Formats: sequence, C-alpha cells, structure tokens
Amino acid sequence: MTAPATEATGATKAILLPRRNRSLFDKSQTRAIRLSASDRWLRGISYVWITLFTLFCLLPFVMIVSASISSEAAIRTDGFGLIPKDFSLAAYDLIFQAPKQIIGAYTVTITMTVFGTAIGLFIIAMTGFALYRQDFPFRNHISFFIYFTTLFSAGLAPTFLWVSNGLGLRGSYLAVFLQLLMTPWLIILMKNFMRTVPYEIVESGKIDGAGDFRIFAQLTLPMMKPALATIGLFLALAYWNEWYLSSLYLGSTVEFKPLQYYLYNVINTANALRNSVAGANVSIASLPSNTLKMASAVVATGPILLFYPFVQKYFVSGITIGAVKG
Amino acid sequence: MSLTQTPRRRKSVWGQVKSSRMLILMCVPALAFFIVFNYAPLPGIWIAFTDFNYRDGIFGSPFVGLKNFQFLIKSGMLWDLTRNTILYNIAFIVLGNILQIAIAIMFNEVRLKFFKKITQGIMFLPYFISVVLIGVIAFNLLNYDTGALNTLIKQTGGDPLKIYSMAGLWPLIIIIIHLWQSTGYGSIVYFAAIMGIDKGLFEAAEIDGASAWQRIRFVILPSLKPTFIILFLFSLGGIMSGNFGLFWNLIGNNATLFSTTDIIETSVYRMVMSQNNFTTSTAVGLYQSLFGFAIVMTANWLVRRMNKDYALF
Repeated sequence: MTAPATEATGATKAILLPRRNRSLFDKSQTRAIRLSASDRWLRGISYVWITLFTLFCLLPFVMIVSASISSEAAIRTDGFGLIPKDFSLAAYDLIFQAPKQIIGAYTVTITMTVFGTAIGLFIIAMTGFALYRQDFPFRNHISFFIYFTTLFSAGLAPTFLWVSNGLGLRGSYLAVFLQLLMTPWLIILMKNFMRTVPYEIVESGKIDGAGDFRIFAQLTLPMMKPALATIGLFLALAYWNEWYLSSLYLGSTVEFKPLQYYLYNVINTANALRNSVAGANVSIASLPSNTLKMASAVVATGPILLFYPFVQKYFVSGITIGAVKG
Repeated sequence: MSLTQTPRRRKSVWGQVKSSRMLILMCVPALAFFIVFNYAPLPGIWIAFTDFNYRDGIFGSPFVGLKNFQFLIKSGMLWDLTRNTILYNIAFIVLGNILQIAIAIMFNEVRLKFFKKITQGIMFLPYFISVVLIGVIAFNLLNYDTGALNTLIKQTGGDPLKIYSMAGLWPLIIIIIHLWQSTGYGSIVYFAAIMGIDKGLFEAAEIDGASAWQRIRFVILPSLKPTFIILFLFSLGGIMSGNFGLFWNLIGNNATLFSTTDIIETSVYRMVMSQNNFTTSTAVGLYQSLFGFAIVMTANWLVRRMNKDYALF
C-alpha cells in the first residue's frame, strides 16, 4: 500500500528503517500514518512552537500572581519579575481588612451574572427556536431585523443620551444589566445550534397537537443542553467581565461597583497620574502600592480562573459550532 | 424549498400572523430588546447635524448642517482616526489569521492528547479574562519604575525606557497584546475546521506521496478557505471599530500616545465621557457606521460574485 509513497520521497532506506521498527514495537499501528522526514520536521517544530506560545500566553498570569505575593519594598527597588521577591501577603491583608467594597462588588457581579444569564438564555433560546422553525413565515424578516443592528448603529453618544435621559437609567444597575442580555451574534449562534436537532421532532410534536411553546419547552429544549451551556457561558462571561457599561452609566453614582469596574478604578486612579509623571522626576512614593494593584487583579480574576478548566470544553465546542456558517 | 415543508396555499398576512402567533410571541422579548436599545437611539443621529444643547434637546437644538463634519475634516481628526483604526484592523486580521492558521495546523500534528488539551486550554485563557486585567498586565510589564521589561533592561545594564511616552512603540505593543489575547481562540476555530476535513483526503495525499508541506498546501489550506472567508467577512464588518476595551485599558487618557493609538471608538468615548461633547462624537459615530456599512456591503457583494455560498447574506 505504501510502496509508491516510499519511492516518491526518494529516501527509501531512511524511511524503511523506522517503519520496520514501528511494526515491531508500536502498538498504535491502526492509526499510524507513516512518517516521512518532512512529517517529522513539522511535528517537531509544532511541539516546540506550541510550547513556546503556550508559555507566552501563561507567563503574564504568573507575573501578576508573583507580584501580588511580593513585598512592596522589593518591587520598588527591583521591579516586577517572574519570581516572587521577598514573599509577603501584605497586599491581600490590606484588601481583606476592609472587605466591604470587594464583597459588594462580588455581590453585584454575581447577582447580575446569575439573573442575566438565566433570563438572557431563555429569551435567546425562544427566539432561536422561532427563527429555526421553517414553517414560521416571518423568520427571515425577524432575522434581518436583528442582524441589521450589527450593520448599522446609532453610535455611543445617541445611545448614551437615550439610555440615560430617554429611559432614565443613568445610575441604575438596570442600564448595565439590560444591555448585556443578548447580542445578535448569540441569537444566530443559537439558531445554528438548533439545526442539530432533527426537524422531525417539531413535526411529531405538531402531529400530537402540542402548541409551539410546548414543542419548544418540552421537546426541543432538553435536546439543546450543549447549546444552552455554551451560550450561557458566553453570557456569563460578558456579565462577569463587564466594566464598560458600568463606566458609562454607573460612574461613581453607585455604592458598589461591579467587580471589573472596581478593579478598573483601583488600577486607573493611580495609573493616570503615574503615566503623566513618568520620568518627570516627581516622587511617586505616595501613590497606592504596586502590589495592591496586582493583588486586586488576582482577587477580581482568581475565581473565574479556578472555574475555567471545568467550562473550557464547552467553549471549545461552542466556538466550533459558531464558526460553521448559519 | 425544503422537503419537510408541505406545499402551502398562499395565506393572507393576517392569516399567517394568526397561525404563527405563538412563535411571534416568543420573539417579542428579543424584538423589544433590539427596538429599545438599538433602534430607538437611531433618531439621535440627528445630533450630528445640530449644535446640541441639553436645554433644547435633540430636535430643538439649532440645525447647523454639515458644520460638524467640516470641522472634523478640516482639523484632520477624521483622517487620523480612520487611518489608525483601519491600519490596526488590517494588522490584526492579517497577522491574526496567519498565526491562528499556523497554530491550528501545528495542533493537527500534535499526537499527545494531554499536551494538546493543556496547551489549548492555556492559549484560550487570555480570551477568557477581562480587558481590565489586560491593562494590569500591560502595566506590570511596561511601566517606567517597576515594569518587568525595564527590570530586565536595568539588570542587563541598560537605561529604563519611558514606554508610556513612546508613541512609536505602541502599534507594536498593541498588536502583540492583541495576538496574545485572540490567537488561542481563533486557532481553535481553525483547528475545528481542520478536524472536519474528510480523512480520505489525507490518505489520498499520503498515497500520492505528498510531503508535510504539500499536505498543508494542497489539502489543509484549501479546506480552510470557507472558514477563513466567513471570519474575514465578520472582521471586515468590524474594520471601523476596534478592540475598544483593549485600547482604552492600555492607553486611557494618555495624550502623548494618541498620534499612533487613538482609534475612532476611544476618541468618541473620551468626547462623551470627559468632555460631554455630543455633537462631534455623534458625527464621528455616524461616519463610522456609514463607512463600516459600506465596507461590509461591498465586501459581501464581492464575495457573492465570486461564490454565492460564502456570502453573509
């Protein structure tokens, strides 16, 4: 079977030898594709490159954590690095001495995430179901109505004025909560997911006399668990990572800021100053400490990273299906 | 015409509404959402043609025609913002796709399951965190006094760099951070597409004696074309908008860097948030929307002419 291939590569001996060895020792013969020299090169390069890029992705996280458990004095003299300097938990002590803000931030974010994900998911699933129904005469009109919002928008200023003054939501958590409920992209994704459900399910439901909502809730939804998990995770992530709408609509008006906006403030109130005086020989000793910023970043991010390994596989399958055209 | 559809007689619109009223009802929350948050602000675009003030409101403020746009063009601002926004996006799209496809192909060569799982998981991580944290990371690496980069420079005997005032360096920094954030995500999309390739094609290539490079060139890359085109069209749709959160959390209000880092969205955000300047920001926003709309339409039309299946609509 492999004879022509061997001849074509020209280096008959070099290839034959490892192949015979493999047939003797390698138990995974069934999936074995015979390796030519170029294959082995590619494979070797792949392992090296992927390892390097993975380290590149990982190291910044290590640096944040290591800075957060270093002592402020060591950072001031030596700067940030990869390895903790002069181990100290002082920054964490400081955060948890007055935990009111951080607990408030967690409460706001968790509440928004739980309710936003549940409500958003329900609406997205319902809409996705209706748009997936081939016997729904208005499906194309509604699809376009939703899709159009990605093509053309009023822009920040008119939207800001409308939500603040027209709807009167400035300073209200609702301004953040409501605007994150759904995106056209998630509805399209849900519709694409629905296509994996055999349409006969819908028809059998109709024959049995079930109403549209009943077909959705009792027949389709139970088959949609992977889709619900994926889209739910996307929604949850959007709520968890939210800082932008908070900066627009909440500003300093609320007592407890959502988590990431809280972090944003910890970082930036000092940063703006720091950047503008950098190198100007102004003393920065009085500014909030470096380690405190890093520790705040760890506290605001840590839990989601612990959660991450468990949900990662849903994300991977989710974006995979999302990439398939709808 | 789908096979599952029974041939139906033409119903009146009202008849159609009646027979599908439950499905319509199920769409109502989503429709209400988009009407309230996306369609209702549209009339506010009128601000771009007025000298807006709070007292008179959007439609009571004096009409000034195209004056706001003239100002934008004369000041050179529109050109600078457009150039920065588009150049960054081109760099993101070109470099991003090359890196993503390369890594996806490498993933395909990896046989150790646990290695693949762990590396994929870690590469995907940057996509998962908030842009605020990315700002923290950049600060950790780049700030003047304690940044890791300057630590390294000092250790090797050099003089620390004032990176936060070196405008010329930032395109490079932003592109690297963007690639750091998005490559894992994108490469998994492409990897999934590679996994979807018919295994027979690989076997046929092997029988024909294709080298690894030939296999990539003649089997993998052509199979990735549809995925690439879809992603490309999506990213073209966003070519007039940037990765706002990333730019804002890296640069913020640091005016020394604006010449190379200010994109449309950061400038609009600044105008609204710190200057209460609604007229200019609306004008810029409208320009952004119209320009973006035209680009998507053109690109989609072109793709449609080449191959109808690849078009978005």
